[in-house]
Amino acid sequence: MKRISSTLTIAAMLTSTAMPAAVQAEADYSKYGIAKDIPGSCSYAAIDAKDYSGQTLNVITHAIPVIGEPTALHAEQFSELTGAEVNVVHVPFGDLFQRIMIPFQSGQNAYDVLFYASLWIGDFNRFLAPVPEAYTASSGMADVTDSFKGVATWNGQMIQYPMDGDRHYLKYRTDVFDNPEMQAKFKEATGRDLAVPTTWEEYNEVASVFSGFDWDGDGELNYGSAEVAKRDDLMFSAFISRAAPYAKHPDVGGGFFFDIETMEPLINTPGFVRGLELFVEAQQAFPPGGTNFGLGDEIFSFGGGQTLMSYSWDDAFIQAQQDGSRIRNAVGAAPLPGAKQVWNRETGEWDSFDEPNRAPYMTWGWSSAVSKESENQEMAFDFLCFFSNEANTFHDLQIGRFGVNPYRDSHFDSAFWQGLGWDADVADSYVTTLSEMEDSTNRVYDLRVPGVGQFMSSMANGVAEALAGQKSPQEALDGVADEWSDIVERIGADRLREAYANVVRLEDNEG
Amino acid sequence: MLKPKHFFLLPALLTLAAIILFPLVFTVRVSFSSWDVYQAGLDFIGGRNYARLFEDTRFWESLLRLSGMSLITVTLQYVLGFALALAVWKKMRGGRIFRVLFLVPMMTTPVVMSVIWRTVFHESLGPANDLLSMVGIGPVPWLSSAAGAFISVVIVEVWQWTPFMFLLLLAGLVSLPREPYLAAAIDGASPARTFWQVTFPLMAPISIGAIIIRLIEASKIMDTVYVMTSGGPGTATETPSYYIYIRGLRDFQVGYSAALSLAYLVLMIITLTIIAKVLMRFLVGKET
Repeated sequence: MKRISSTLTIAAMLTSTAMPAAVQAEADYSKYGIAKDIPGSCSYAAIDAKDYSGQTLNVITHAIPVIGEPTALHAEQFSELTGAEVNVVHVPFGDLFQRIMIPFQSGQNAYDVLFYASLWIGDFNRFLAPVPEAYTASSGMADVTDSFKGVATWNGQMIQYPMDGDRHYLKYRTDVFDNPEMQAKFKEATGRDLAVPTTWEEYNEVASVFSGFDWDGDGELNYGSAEVAKRDDLMFSAFISRAAPYAKHPDVGGGFFFDIETMEPLINTPGFVRGLELFVEAQQAFPPGGTNFGLGDEIFSFGGGQTLMSYSWDDAFIQAQQDGSRIRNAVGAAPLPGAKQVWNRETGEWDSFDEPNRAPYMTWGWSSAVSKESENQEMAFDFLCFFSNEANTFHDLQIGRFGVNPYRDSHFDSAFWQGLGWDADVADSYVTTLSEMEDSTNRVYDLRVPGVGQFMSSMANGVAEALAGQKSPQEALDGVADEWSDIVERIGADRLREAYANVVRLEDNEG
Repeated sequence: MLKPKHFFLLPALLTLAAIILFPLVFTVRVSFSSWDVYQAGLDFIGGRNYARLFEDTRFWESLLRLSGMSLITVTLQYVLGFALALAVWKKMRGGRIFRVLFLVPMMTTPVVMSVIWRTVFHESLGPANDLLSMVGIGPVPWLSSAAGAFISVVIVEVWQWTPFMFLLLLAGLVSLPREPYLAAAIDGASPARTFWQVTFPLMAPISIGAIIIRLIEASKIMDTVYVMTSGGPGTATETPSYYIYIRGLRDFQVGYSAALSLAYLVLMIITLTIIAKVLMRFLVGKET
């Protein structure tokens, strides 16, 4: 009897907790633009059950549309559902770092929730609240890929809330690569069969052959490659993509940018120099003005059908696949080109590879966090959890300008993308390229250490000097290495080493 | 002796101290600290930032570049502004409309105009190369070559700020006395001679004022460079203001950027004082 009674009690408890959820799950939230609510700890129904009336949440985020627009959208929804007042401040990218850092440094509790570039974790980690277990154990978080959990983790603790996944990969025009006439033209020019480039040398060669003539028959000249080459406009990421396979040896651990033991910069070693030489050479296949292309220009150039190939974040690919795009379903995704000669810094020699060495670049993307000083941490984490709940993320992934890209295992589902009107082979190439990067054991991450802005700004300046012909690649990177040594001295080698260990752990697949 | 009436000055003095002196003194103090992305606060590192500045070739190169850019832009603005002011001053037909039209560039927001000019100079999609191609001139690398980017920035600066020069010089022309012109007419002086021997000398003090004001403004050029070239290609259009912005707000080297700012301020004060004295001596013929 007692057993029956306790069973009934448990059943009653389950019913009493499950019932409202069930009822709420059936509630219609389609007015928020989602297809349907997906049950979970931060679903619409779960958040709807919370009451934050009379409380205020201050959020700082990027300018509209990239990340700024979904922040504003979900803030409004969160406010409607919970009664909280949510103030969102939108800041252009160039000002975002200092607008977050100055209140941190001066001890002001200016913002509860922060959206920012994930590579700033080296600077911000001291000021961020760890993500509570209730959220790290949620179903939404369980689905986040290991690499993006790693990006959110600092010294073994998750302090960033994953809400975006970014990486660089190759995009190319399948209609040109599959065109027999173009294949013949390439064969005639090079003696080789036209294929998707597997090394950066091949990339430059293909780009060069398909530059300066109207290969798509629209009456306008076409070009081989669109790249982010404008100094101070994320060009440092393009350079890392190009240099990585030459400088990241799969059998050599202990640091890509620095030797973690000595904190000696490796930026002027032969692998990086080779990457820069090829970057300089590639300019001949850029469209007019291509050396001044920022990310927006690159997206427009490839996404608008001007260029054959491109590599960077998802945006250009998504742009090409938007409704109404004249190159919709005429594009493909592939891993970044690799290198058959890789610099081994342990032996001080080039090692040859039969199969190109690939070094996928898990470039910085957007992330979010809660300030340690926030007095509304529970509400702040609820907001982030709601922002990135499964229903919202599937909604946001479909809107290119939102800047939210796949970061959960469930996002690597070809059927989802085909549902958006993508051809199966396009969706397959996209999903396969992205998901295979998750499996690589030779990945490169950003230099997530204190003062990353100084390091990247210095590197971008050196690369820009080489691209402009002001210095040779070796001279330019020697100058960068000297500046990096000065920065290490100013910030402190031990402090940097401790931070850099977090990056090296990711690159060396140690968790 | 302090009298009650002196206390009426107190609000103004306090305001002055708050908005001018305090930021200046604070910047001086920050320049002797190592305040950066990791070390927040006012520690004291002596003159280390200033010593570093002397070895910073990028800063000195940007100064040199700015000198050339300012010389070219302000000279062009002065010549064009003077010519336009003379044209309108002579009561040309439709003068009132032109006066307003000439002022439009100056009244637009520099950042917005820079974005529009960047589009104009876009080498694949911009109208500048389209128009040139109609007369058989091949694509000009406006923003992707060092010379092209430099010239593009100069063009935008001249376009935007010539109206300012025009406005000041027109005000000067309107206020000139009529007697010297009557005397010149009676003597049968040609228009050119009247200009060189009457108008230009009479306009010299105003010209110097206008040139100095424009030099001060030109020395702070930042938004045009930021939007159009980001200082590139390479460092071809990097100016001191943009470089200080990078060091201070991008790299967050607050202490070092304060030292750069103060060094730049001192250099500008010295340089502009010398220029003003030289101009006064040669154009007006006396020391200030």
